[in-house]
Amino acid sequence: MAEAALRTVPLDKARILHWLQTYGVYAGVALLLVVNVVITPHFLSAENFRTQAVQVAPVIIVALGMALVIGTEGVDLSVGAVMALAASVTALYLGYGLLPALLVVALFAAGVGLANGALVAFVGVQPIVATLALMVGGRGVALVLLPQLEDLRNPSLASLGSGDVLGVPYLILIAAGLALLVAFVVRRTTFGRQLLAIGDSRPAAQLAGLPVRRVLIVVYVVCALLAAVAGVLATARLQASDPTSLGNLMELSAITAVVVGGTPLTGGRVNIAGTVAGAVLIQLLTATLIKHDLPPSWTQIAQAIVIVCAVYAARGRGKR
Amino acid sequence: MAPPAEVLAVRGLSKTFPGVRALDDVDLTLHPGEVHALIGENGAGKSTLIKVLTGVYRPDAGDIVFQGRAVSFATPLEAQKAGISTIYQEVNLIPLLSVARNLFLGREPRNRFGLLDFARMNREAEEALGAHGVRVDVRRPLRTLGVGAQQMVALARAVASEARIVIMDEPTSSLEPREVETLFSVIRRLRDDGIAVVYVSHRLDELYAVCDTVTVLRDGRRVHHGRLADLDRLSLVSTMLGRELGEVRKEGLTKFTGEHHATGSGPVLEARGLSAPHKLHDVSVSIRPGEVVGLGGLLGSGRTETAKAISGALPTSSGKVTVAGVPLRAGSTPAAIRAGISLLPEDRKSEGIVPGLSVRENISLAVLPRLSRFGLVSEARVDSIVDTFVERLRIKASSPQQKVGELSGGNQQKVLLARWLAMNPKVLLLDEPTRGIDVGAKAEVQKLVDELAADGLGVLLISSDLEELIEGSDRVVVLKDGAVVGELNGDEVTEDKLMRTIAGHAPERDAVGEAATDG
Amino acid sequence: MTATKTDAPVAPAGRGKQPAAGEPAGPARSERVSALVQQHGALAVLVVVSLVASFSFDSFATGDNVGNMATSSAFLAIVALGMTFVIITGGIDLSVGSLFALGGVLAAWGSRHGTLVALLLPLVVCGAVGVVNGLLVARSRLAPFIVTLAAMLGARGLMLALTDEGAETYLIGKGSFLAELGQGTTFGLGNPVWITLALFAAGAVVLRRTRFGQHVYAVGGNEDAAALMGAPVARTKILVYTLSGVLAGLAGALNAAWLASGVTILGNGMELEAISAVVIGGTLLTGGLGHVSGSLVGVLLLKVIQNVINQIGSLDSSYQQVVSGAFLAVVVVAQTWLGRRRQLM
Repeated sequence: MAEAALRTVPLDKARILHWLQTYGVYAGVALLLVVNVVITPHFLSAENFRTQAVQVAPVIIVALGMALVIGTEGVDLSVGAVMALAASVTALYLGYGLLPALLVVALFAAGVGLANGALVAFVGVQPIVATLALMVGGRGVALVLLPQLEDLRNPSLASLGSGDVLGVPYLILIAAGLALLVAFVVRRTTFGRQLLAIGDSRPAAQLAGLPVRRVLIVVYVVCALLAAVAGVLATARLQASDPTSLGNLMELSAITAVVVGGTPLTGGRVNIAGTVAGAVLIQLLTATLIKHDLPPSWTQIAQAIVIVCAVYAARGRGKR
Repeated sequence: MAPPAEVLAVRGLSKTFPGVRALDDVDLTLHPGEVHALIGENGAGKSTLIKVLTGVYRPDAGDIVFQGRAVSFATPLEAQKAGISTIYQEVNLIPLLSVARNLFLGREPRNRFGLLDFARMNREAEEALGAHGVRVDVRRPLRTLGVGAQQMVALARAVASEARIVIMDEPTSSLEPREVETLFSVIRRLRDDGIAVVYVSHRLDELYAVCDTVTVLRDGRRVHHGRLADLDRLSLVSTMLGRELGEVRKEGLTKFTGEHHATGSGPVLEARGLSAPHKLHDVSVSIRPGEVVGLGGLLGSGRTETAKAISGALPTSSGKVTVAGVPLRAGSTPAAIRAGISLLPEDRKSEGIVPGLSVRENISLAVLPRLSRFGLVSEARVDSIVDTFVERLRIKASSPQQKVGELSGGNQQKVLLARWLAMNPKVLLLDEPTRGIDVGAKAEVQKLVDELAADGLGVLLISSDLEELIEGSDRVVVLKDGAVVGELNGDEVTEDKLMRTIAGHAPERDAVGEAATDG
Repeated sequence: MTATKTDAPVAPAGRGKQPAAGEPAGPARSERVSALVQQHGALAVLVVVSLVASFSFDSFATGDNVGNMATSSAFLAIVALGMTFVIITGGIDLSVGSLFALGGVLAAWGSRHGTLVALLLPLVVCGAVGVVNGLLVARSRLAPFIVTLAAMLGARGLMLALTDEGAETYLIGKGSFLAELGQGTTFGLGNPVWITLALFAAGAVVLRRTRFGQHVYAVGGNEDAAALMGAPVARTKILVYTLSGVLAGLAGALNAAWLASGVTILGNGMELEAISAVVIGGTLLTGGLGHVSGSLVGVLLLKVIQNVINQIGSLDSSYQQVVSGAFLAVVVVAQTWLGRRRQLM
């Protein structure tokens, strides 16, 4: 009898832990929503939701790309720099029209992604260093192209940044659309399946004849493109191009969102819904603290604690 | 009462892992200065026994009495400090550090300021290695040394820590013959100094050259122990493999029908002169459609390497592979797969299944590009293929969505087989297809291999299960130490002949031999 | 690190991979060449660039310019020293930038209570953060990348909390010993430079000539083998992260002394600068190989590049970043290629 009791105790603990790992982030979001409804005035207003959503949209978009990269057991530190690069290039080429400018932005971003991917897949450099180099160089190029903040006056850009459809800002629609698209890619395309296999067990993927190098390069290119989209949207909202500060620390926010959302750093699994929830969680946390006049320093400390807890809890789920 | 001179007495050691009895009531005795061979095939329990002795595992039952005292090691470090040192097949030192530093890590000599005294360290390192007949520049990084020299450093380190027992786990697997001789002279010196040596190896010639006594493990039990000189090679091999000489089992425990399906046409696969440094020496194999060619040999004879070389997973320094007459680009797995070669790897867990993905995703992994349109996976086609194979191979899973990592070994193997069969291959390379799976699944896999051959597939079969190899193969190519030493055709394919070929071959490594069918 | 061993991305280096046995002379020669390039390549480049710069720009090789470069690079150098130890064990410390800023603020605040407090407080607090990092990495076995990332955020938060969200800048009294330490000169060179040199000398001795140093290399070279060989792996890791924290705090304190105030916006991106310097200097990111002298050279090289670009005048200072990034990429690629060739030899 005692034996049976003993056996069920660890089982419950294991089950709780497992539940936390899978649904913890949603529980956290729900908790914060409830807390805010109770203690924050005007929380349940459309105005507020819109503000929060618009603020979190760029982070979500970048985090989507980061989730893909982390799924292959890698990391991309250059996303913030790509955002800045996107801002600079937009400012420079806006004169030719919004669409041409966006095309050039895409080219630059793809270039960065290609460089990252080639370094990782062909040379075998560790992702953290490869993307670090591109991060430093990338922001440098962004600043060279546009040394300081420049106001942008372009009606298409302005409407992109502030316009809406039926009250829902374009930013949010784009972020939501991209999230669905990326989730679709992960679940329903060959590329997505191969990405997961490569992240889970590279030797098995290689022996199964998967195009490992090609997939890795594409992943980094996609990540850079998504970061560029976020950069353009942020610039559109500001109606100004600010390469000095745009995207600063964005890589950290993105990694946080991905990790808190339940995607393991060891690769093999990508949780898009969790990533979105992770970004929202951090956003809510920050907003809650700010709305109650708690200093930003508390936010950072809170973020740090959340990250450590999320990673600590996810420990048991690793491959090893 | 145990004789007082024993340095180690192990009694009744048992260790069970979920589903398998790794060690079952094993005894072992060592005397100072004794060189004791520990042998057995895969899964026999050798490595478990060593891990228990060196503190990696705790035994479930039994005692270990070391130097007259009962001991129980909690960590490898404890065993080391107590006086049991181990050198491993893969040199377990720090490659980037210098030789001297490796030798002295943890016990570096210090000068009066408490700082390391390099001059003394280098000097003493040179002396220590010199005593083992190794003269190298001890300041160079360890990895610039040949593997033999590295093993010597590991050995010198083991001995320097005042070990009373030195365990050597496959120490010569990457050594040149000259280096092996050096190792042996060191072992003899250890013996003279009263240090006991446990020598684990598959190389019969070495065992007979340097060991005094032997313990044979099979299926976790000790099946033989005694003086090595009292046991001739053939008896040794048969004891290892558990086969009585001359015993012919007609009914067989395998499901192979014994029919031959090889067509008279040209070979579907022809590999000539495959060589890879230290692993393969001029290996050639050919397979006809419908033929099952077995690769026989003891562990470490190069069978897995041959299969990997053929499928492009192992880079080769020379050799050519043609599939259905078309030459294959070497060293490229995708090219081999496109040509119709499928490899079922030996290490199912780390090179075969993708554990986090589902049954469905694993099965469709290789064939996915063919099932997709514009990059989108056609779930219907995937479902159809998956269902076909789940049924045909009788894969037991709660659903195709279940994660492969959760399945039993047998079902995991079937998933892998399904993955490759979905590719419609011309040649199937099976490396230990029934290892570690239950009897029922084993039978199913064997029957499947027969069916595939009947369908015209060319099959390369590697198996440590002698019965499986003999009864499943039309022809057996025998490997030893990375080279082909014989070939058995038709009626010659018997356990008796196979064992003789393995046991009886001459020790020269470069003799790609005539079939030594008479031992 | 993310996904390698224990944790980091799949590294090409294989532990225990043996070079082909053969005559030792062959592999040794090219091994020696590549080792030389690895270790001294940065120094060679530094010398070349400096020479070219002295000839091309009048104001490069002046006492003032050199003195300034030396002093301003001292702080990054001290941080890079600690980072070197961490990277040699195969880890990484992203929190040093925040600890730098925190150290500066603590020193400035503490200067009101005397020099001793001003110096000890940053060391103790930043060291404590380092200890926490070390414990999480060594005992809880969390990835260093994530742990130190969290520490970076937490430490910056702490710093903001202490300075009223960055609004308060504590000042260090003129004429105080602390200010003298930061701003004074001895024999013509700024005091921070002397302190840096002394620390590097000590660091070199510790790394190369103490048992602890050997353990650092062993843990980074092959952690499993090191454990089997009896090296105290956990303790070594905890110590290096502590050391990194302490040095980052010290650098921040000295920097505050130099500026005579605890500026709160500093340290951003410093961790990445430090990593760049260490990698450029020849230390392998995968661990097991490296020298403190290389990191010093790496810091100087980055500073010289910065300076040269400033000298050119017409070029934007952001070109610095482009060049630094390109440099890092080239160095890392070269390292990886050399490393792979060694594997196959």
